[in-house]
Amino acid sequence: MSAAAPRSETRPETIAPDAALPPAPAPDPDAAGSADTPPSGGAGPRTAHDYSGYPVVAARHPWRWAGTALVALFVAAVLWSLLTNPRWEWDVVAQWFTAESVLRGLGETLKLTAIAGTLGFILGFILALMRLSSSPLLVSVSWTFSWIFRSAPLLVQLLLWYNLGYLYEKVSLGIPFTDVRFFEVQTTTLISQFAAAILGLTLNQAAYSSEIIRGGILAVDQGQLEAAAALGIPAWRRSTRIVLPQAMRSILPTAFNEIIGLVKGTSIVYVLAYSELFYTVQVIYNRTQQVLPLLLVATVWYVVITSVLSVFQYYIERHYSKGAVRTLPPTPLQRVRRFFSTHAKTSEVAR
Amino acid sequence: MNSPALPAVAAAAATRGLVEISNVHKSFGQVEVLRGVSLTVEPGEVVVILGPSGSGKSTLLRTINHLEKVDAGHISVDGELVGYRARGGKLHELREKEILAQRTHIGMVFQNFNLFPHLTAVENIIEAPVYAQHRPYAQARERALELLERVGLSDKVDVYPRQLSGGQQQRVAIARALALDPKIVLFDEPTSALDPELVGEVLDVIRSLADSGTTLIVVTHEMGFARDVADRVVFMDQGQIVEEGAPLQIFGAPRHERTKAFLSKVIEPAFNL
Ligand SMILES: Nc1ncnc2c1ncn2[C@@H]1O[C@H](COP(=O)(O)OP(=O)(O)O)[C@@H](O)[C@H]1O
Ligand SMILES: [Mg+2]
Repeated sequence: MSAAAPRSETRPETIAPDAALPPAPAPDPDAAGSADTPPSGGAGPRTAHDYSGYPVVAARHPWRWAGTALVALFVAAVLWSLLTNPRWEWDVVAQWFTAESVLRGLGETLKLTAIAGTLGFILGFILALMRLSSSPLLVSVSWTFSWIFRSAPLLVQLLLWYNLGYLYEKVSLGIPFTDVRFFEVQTTTLISQFAAAILGLTLNQAAYSSEIIRGGILAVDQGQLEAAAALGIPAWRRSTRIVLPQAMRSILPTAFNEIIGLVKGTSIVYVLAYSELFYTVQVIYNRTQQVLPLLLVATVWYVVITSVLSVFQYYIERHYSKGAVRTLPPTPLQRVRRFFSTHAKTSEVAR
Repeated sequence: MNSPALPAVAAAAATRGLVEISNVHKSFGQVEVLRGVSLTVEPGEVVVILGPSGSGKSTLLRTINHLEKVDAGHISVDGELVGYRARGGKLHELREKEILAQRTHIGMVFQNFNLFPHLTAVENIIEAPVYAQHRPYAQARERALELLERVGLSDKVDVYPRQLSGGQQQRVAIARALALDPKIVLFDEPTSALDPELVGEVLDVIRSLADSGTTLIVVTHEMGFARDVADRVVFMDQGQIVEEGAPLQIFGAPRHERTKAFLSKVIEPAFNL
């Protein structure tokens, strides 16, 4: 689009007179367009040179093409080795890729990620608001939470939750120091593998995401909060409607890092013998001894999930950049379409 | 620019918008920024505050809508204390909700606009009436469109702030402040961030607002505007009001040395009356 300069000497009066502008704006002496003047005709009365018949030639980028070729060559070489080396055993990969147990493991991985991710970020948002509040109590509660759950290794947290029944046999709700109990339950029935996994992952995730969200909120201009407060907008609405959407721009890239990390991070629940994707694959290769191909099965699935998430990330980030950029850049799809529609015609005319 | 008539506001304004500031002190750490400021602004009056940078003008404006707490003294609007309730010989701090309700009577326009960049012009204006005053959405929107027309931006309803010029952004910000039907509007250097050729369009909007009878307190360095529009000019220096009076008196015959020194710096010789 950079080639789309006006081709004719006469510059159109694009500045529409504004309704509320005080009378006529004085004509800008430079507005005649010094940039359009032909270099030779500098002195004397300006004789307009007519460029209207000239076609525009798009700028060329030879190094881009060289770089692209080099990368393409490298990718081709890697693909070639992946596909032709028989030791990767792609037939075994294909055989297990959609096996029922693998798909069930995949489902569990997705479930853990979705639940722990969602709850983790919701709790993280609340923790971030607490941390930024003016109440010393809320600040210290939030700070302590992050401190504990970022300090203790996730592995230890998971094992602790799962073995809560060993530490506390019963969980009950009643009046302390009396025998009155409203509600009592065996801890081991309360904390299943699934519950332990979700608890551990969620609390851990919340501790990290609260800091990510807090960072995003801190990056929002203080004037925004001030303006909202001056307008009398209630605190919760201020946080969710004014600050958070603007914070999202800096939160999202890191948040997606976290979610993608979580997809693979869920594999840590193998310590609970919880059969998510990675644990399932391990069980299978321990039986069949086809270690490498089965690790590939898991890897390819992780690649698929990450790719899908990246697409989501792109569009969500685009959504939150509304108003932050003057004009949204075209989506990859729009770009492809434009590429074909312009290059289908003669490459001379780039407009 | 045509300034449309504003019948509804004008009628109500005569009885509202009295600001009483009495002996206000404010310090930031060791620095005393306001040192006993007293000022009464009558309903419908237009007061322009002048003064060198750092003299406490912004701080004074911000205390009026309680964005800044005062250390001593008090401020009231139409007889109602800002930020406190007097009961049993004591001043009780208001709760956040009550303070927010008080602020809806006091519009504020900032030097750097502070429009919400992720909301369109009309969404910027609708936000407060709907969520601070609980007006019905449709009614708020209709009013927002009216206000946009009044500031000459009918064609920019669904445009994001970054797609507007500075002057247009400031006019949206003024419309946003007016959407709450405030008794008072505070302007903190509304044209200081604008290119010179855009200053006029914003001042025109403020001028039409002055004609409508809303109480205006304007911090500005636009001396021409102060002279033409202000009922009274207040000169501040080092956290105190040094001198106040009619524009003609302040500009023509300033009594105080500091006022003279300041005016001689900001007014070009040809401008002097
Ligand atoms: N939040 C703050 N913390 C510390 N000092 C401040 C703060 N706000 C303003 N000040 C100081 O108070 C003085 C007056 O500021 P201000 O009211 O903004 O002046 P003006 O608007 O007249 O230029 C300045 O010296 C400024 O540095
Ligand atoms: Mg200031």
